[in-house]
Amino acid sequence: MSTFYFIAFLSIFFSILVITARNPVHSILYLILTFFTFTIHYILMNAQFLAIVNFIVYMGAILVLFLYTLMLINLNKESEPRKSNLVKIAGFIGGACFLITIVAALKAFKMSDSVVTQNNDLGLVKNLGKILFNEFLLPFEISSVLLLSAMVGAVLLATKDPKAA
Amino acid sequence: METLTKTIHGIPLNHYIMLCAIIFSIGVIGVLIRRNAIVIFMSVELMLNSVNLLLTAFSVYRGDATGQVFVFFIMALAAAEVAVGLAIIVMIYRNTNSIDINVLNRLKW
Repeated sequence: MSTFYFIAFLSIFFSILVITARNPVHSILYLILTFFTFTIHYILMNAQFLAIVNFIVYMGAILVLFLYTLMLINLNKESEPRKSNLVKIAGFIGGACFLITIVAALKAFKMSDSVVTQNNDLGLVKNLGKILFNEFLLPFEISSVLLLSAMVGAVLLATKDPKAA
Repeated sequence: METLTKTIHGIPLNHYIMLCAIIFSIGVIGVLIRRNAIVIFMSVELMLNSVNLLLTAFSVYRGDATGQVFVFFIMALAAAEVAVGLAIIVMIYRNTNSIDINVLNRLKW
């Protein structure tokens, strides 16, 4: 039981470090740690498929993409933008108000039952694959078109315009 | 695996909602206080992930696998979004030599 609270504490701690780290590379590394704690959350909930997908897609693909872009862009200390303290305080107050609203709305409900895994093979690859290829076949195919169009769009955007160059 | 999943027995759903709300608002604060476009993008990823975690928690709580399929689609969407977004950031950097979002104020008018 205390495992959850420990991992939840780590998630919050690392995600705070993500937005406060001065160096963008450090903030990406902290984001990797945050996503790792999310993977542990998925494993604790016995969502094994999502744990593996989260591990491979987020920690493997997306964050490597972030790191590569950051290295292409070659930031140095002078170019690191700074916001004024007033804007920082205003942003913090705005986010805190949002959090307080949600937590206060949550207080209106009584404590729910505990999250118990009712059937143990809910999040396994076998079960999810059956659902994905029966009920959700059309969205699955459409998402492949989405990924293809995203790839074409990314290549089109990131290549230099031959006429301008 | 049996003993591992037993460790979350006794955690009410409210605590999952609380955790995800906290991480979501950390993402909101990150978007508001940073000016580096890549860090803003990472904060958006943080928000997407907190929503994923909450969807999974609800899915396990209700015993309905649809939520986890939805999380899978969100992950596919996030991958597409990151590819296009980072391409746009690279293009902005090539044109302005900076990824400070304040140089984009030409879009304002």
